[in-house]
Amino acid sequence: MKRRSRLAEWIVTTPSLAWLLLFFAVPALILLSFTFHGHTVNGGVAEGWSLTTWRALADPDYPAIVWRTIRLSFEVTFWCILFALPCAYAIARLPGRFRALVAGAVMLPFWTSFVVRVFAWKTMLHPDGWLQTCYAVFVRAREWMCGWLPESVREFLAWSGLVQAVPAGQSAATILDSETAVVLVSVYTFLPFAIMPLYTAAEKFDFSLMEAARDLGAKSFYAFRKIFVPGVKQGVVSAVLMVFIPMMGSYVIPQMLGGTDCVLVGNKIFMRAIQNRNIPHASALATLMAFSVLVPIALAAWWRRRQDLRDKKRLADETDRRMAMGGAA
Amino acid sequence: MAGESLVFDHVTKRFGSLVAVDDVSFSVGKGEFFSLLGPSGCGKTTLLRMVGGFERPDSGRIYLDGRDITDEPPNMRRVHTVFQNYALFPTMTIWDNIAFSLRIAKRPADEIEKAVESILEMIRMGDHAWKYPNQLSGGQKQRVAIARALVDRPRVLLLDEPLAALDLKLRQHMLLELDTIHDQVGITFMYVTHDQGEAMSLSDRIAVMNRGRVEQLDIPAKIYEAPVSSFVAAFIGDTNFFEGSIVSADGDYCTIDCPGFAPIRAFNDRKLAEGQKVHLSVRPEKIHVTLAPPPPEKGVGINVFKSKVTDVIYQGVYTKYWLRSADRSVSAVKPHSRFLLDQEAISWNDNAYMWWHPDDGYMIENFSELDASLVQAPPQSVKGPSAP
Repeated sequence: MKRRSRLAEWIVTTPSLAWLLLFFAVPALILLSFTFHGHTVNGGVAEGWSLTTWRALADPDYPAIVWRTIRLSFEVTFWCILFALPCAYAIARLPGRFRALVAGAVMLPFWTSFVVRVFAWKTMLHPDGWLQTCYAVFVRAREWMCGWLPESVREFLAWSGLVQAVPAGQSAATILDSETAVVLVSVYTFLPFAIMPLYTAAEKFDFSLMEAARDLGAKSFYAFRKIFVPGVKQGVVSAVLMVFIPMMGSYVIPQMLGGTDCVLVGNKIFMRAIQNRNIPHASALATLMAFSVLVPIALAAWWRRRQDLRDKKRLADETDRRMAMGGAA
Repeated sequence: MAGESLVFDHVTKRFGSLVAVDDVSFSVGKGEFFSLLGPSGCGKTTLLRMVGGFERPDSGRIYLDGRDITDEPPNMRRVHTVFQNYALFPTMTIWDNIAFSLRIAKRPADEIEKAVESILEMIRMGDHAWKYPNQLSGGQKQRVAIARALVDRPRVLLLDEPLAALDLKLRQHMLLELDTIHDQVGITFMYVTHDQGEAMSLSDRIAVMNRGRVEQLDIPAKIYEAPVSSFVAAFIGDTNFFEGSIVSADGDYCTIDCPGFAPIRAFNDRKLAEGQKVHLSVRPEKIHVTLAPPPPEKGVGINVFKSKVTDVIYQGVYTKYWLRSADRSVSAVKPHSRFLLDQEAISWNDNAYMWWHPDDGYMIENFSELDASLVQAPPQSVKGPSAP
């Protein structure tokens, strides 16, 4: 009986295991092995082991690019979660039939090609585009209003960085070809990926808990923060992964909107593999990026385990304490 | 009772075309255990939610300790609710659940600790303080929900069918516990239930609700013994209705002529005049069933009717009889006095006497056919064993 079930288990798992081995583990290892070879002029992988590729990565440019990629990924993830949480909450609170409709509308952008949408942003953010114009008007208005403030306040605002002074006679900075454009359009692109898992979690959330919190004296926002957000923790975790991981590999958006200021790891890999035909170098960058994605996940997993263990320990300690007290009494 | 805790002043709430609460006015005394009793959809939960602040009345005002709270948001009201599904926060420990309201009120840490510890002591859950709600049983969750709502001493505790999800034994146990807690804390309890047993055993006063209105508001015994309407008589416990009109009123008693039945003697405490149409409500446990005629009685005279037993339903504590007399089926219950063999074993098709004292019938003027359907109907008995 036992043996049979073991056999059945193997039969069921083997296909997926084979699939993973063949199409994930083996290619990943091949990729890793490439990094320990040089490259040939015609785009091949050179014979013989060498560390030249890894040495090339020591260029101070690369840590800067990797750091920028990680930083922007965190930034985009942060904004996505921040906007997606109230969205998911609002959709989940809608009456049944509207809920499906609005949840479907979240997916509507996917009906248009991703590249076309990024192009649309490009025209909007172009110096003659309407979004850039609005921004320029906003900057002018702000400047005008700042003019009314006393000198000391203006100096403080400029010093604190809350308001950047625009040199007189110059037009406002363009959003296009900057980090801001990349973050803006990335948040726009990945927002549905954050809303969907959060909405799925919010739909299962028991909203009578919010009533209970209100009943016990909590303001709406306190209840949202302390009851709803922890309640959809699983959704937050998957939303973070859904945004953070593709953002780490993102290269179309920085390519089209980032200009020369905002090159990410993805762009470098593209450049090395397609333009420079240096496969080992591209592989090394990919490996680097894979690790920089895996490390945060490992950290998160470790943190969760620690949290669980701490809770268990606290329960055990408290039980011990009470047992001891009961024994003494 | 020192003054009024909650006052409802002509409160009305509509949901679309449905009138959930219809012009309700009453008040609840301080420290009182007050129950709202009624079938589902009678508006009792809506009324409770309006006190909690989750629904706004379309008209009328609600006062708490003399202050108008009708427009206050839920978090500003010193009123806490024990929800039917407990609504414990699953991401917090029991300790944090109970401390929730105190933390919002920003009480000092040592005060919070003292208050939580003492209430944990009261509900005897000290050993479970660091567990999460999903590690508790139904009864334990219930106790935590009550503790969480009581810990910062609200003016009124609202309980929304808190025992509905528990099994019978646990429910009986929690009933006693609720009573003890109420005695200990001295806070006004407003209890919503559809279970008359719960309401009867706990409440100081009961408001029986039907279709958005309060039909009767009184102490439990009055509600049971002197129902003002056929709805109250039929919803609380079981009863038999005899329709007829008073043919002769003499002193404290009168005779009712029931078409399709015999004349019945009844207590006439309200001095109803002759010719008045009434419905007489006689509770099954007030009707005696014997094979021998009852001993003759002098004085007012008891009601004795010959009948045929059409059904016998054994129910443990008592046996329920369905008796046929003239055109009427009447239900009566009889407790057992001995193991299985009763003094007189009354069985199917026996000719038995059913009798009751005139004092045991209660005349109701406010009758509706709709309510008569709440009364248990006789089982559709099969006419003898069918031929194979």
